[in-house]
Amino acid sequence: MSLREDQIERYSRQIILSDIGGRGQEKLLQAKVLVIGAGGLGSPCAIYLASAGIGKLGLVDSDAVELNNLQRQILHSTQDVGRAKVESAKGRLNLINTDVEVIPYRLRLTSENILDIIKNYDIIVDGSDNFPTRYLVNDACVLSKKPLSHGGIFRFDGQALTIIPGESACYRCLFPEPPPPGLVPSCQEAGILGAVAGVIGVIQANEVLKYILGIGKLLTGKLLVFNALDSSFRQVKVPRDPKCPVCSEYPTITKLIDYEEFCQLRKKE
Amino acid sequence: MSIKVRIPTPLQKLTENKAEVEAEAKDIRELIEDLERKFPGIKERLCDEKGALRRFINIYVNEEDIRFLEKDNTPLKDKDEVSIIPAIAGGAR
Repeated sequence: MSLREDQIERYSRQIILSDIGGRGQEKLLQAKVLVIGAGGLGSPCAIYLASAGIGKLGLVDSDAVELNNLQRQILHSTQDVGRAKVESAKGRLNLINTDVEVIPYRLRLTSENILDIIKNYDIIVDGSDNFPTRYLVNDACVLSKKPLSHGGIFRFDGQALTIIPGESACYRCLFPEPPPPGLVPSCQEAGILGAVAGVIGVIQANEVLKYILGIGKLLTGKLLVFNALDSSFRQVKVPRDPKCPVCSEYPTITKLIDYEEFCQLRKKE
Repeated sequence: MSIKVRIPTPLQKLTENKAEVEAEAKDIRELIEDLERKFPGIKERLCDEKGALRRFINIYVNEEDIRFLEKDNTPLKDKDEVSIIPAIAGGAR
């Protein structure tokens, strides 16, 4: 492919970077990225990916926009309250950049549908909001050998980890099992500072861009831990677990699991 | 011997909202006991009824996960920094 005049102008500030150039921009325009969750993490992530000219951006979310989302879910506006998040997001992202083909998936990921969806993408971004989905996404990415950018946020804390299946530690190498229902605070009592979602979501976008461009060092084999109150970023090592239930040589999990939903707020659906 | 322990947000209710506390211990097992003496209730958040560390909470000595060292026998020395890091799930909603 060759870049159009308006594309050379639009992306000039990144094309000028010697690590990117016209070749790198072409890679971005041909890349296919799936963002799971059009919420706190998915919003800033998708905005930066669309702005950078990712060619195809899939968005998965089953929810509609609520007023209390707007404090951090910057893809959506006041007028979008009540609309499907994926539709609101598609509208916003197309306003930013028509080079990007946005594919909305208004659904909940399950063991039945996830493999079919992720197979069409080069890299997956997990910006979901619950443990069952996070473990489902990790396992599906490991089984399909799809790179995954994991991000999680809670109150003033954020975490990010990039997973290259077969090469670097997966989420189960880090935390082998999800917490049982009742042992973690419910979504309702948790709370989150919007800017924390921004920090982690943008780090996830940065990981995706580096992966597609093949530049820099990915956040593989180490967990980035952000604390907003002391503005600290720390990293701890995440080795591959030789006894990992899903990505080790002799896995005990070879099929996808739909864990029991335990966030009380979800029950109303 | 003084060990600095970083407490994650979900457990700070037990540590009077402190993100960092000091403990006296020669290994991780002693550290958990010392934390329990100072902040009653914290042990049951970290360990299951058999006393094993819960599978969704990790403890790091400096940057190393104790599961890949000597688990709760991992020795501690003065000035070591211990971090408790739980799995967190928030993101979309």
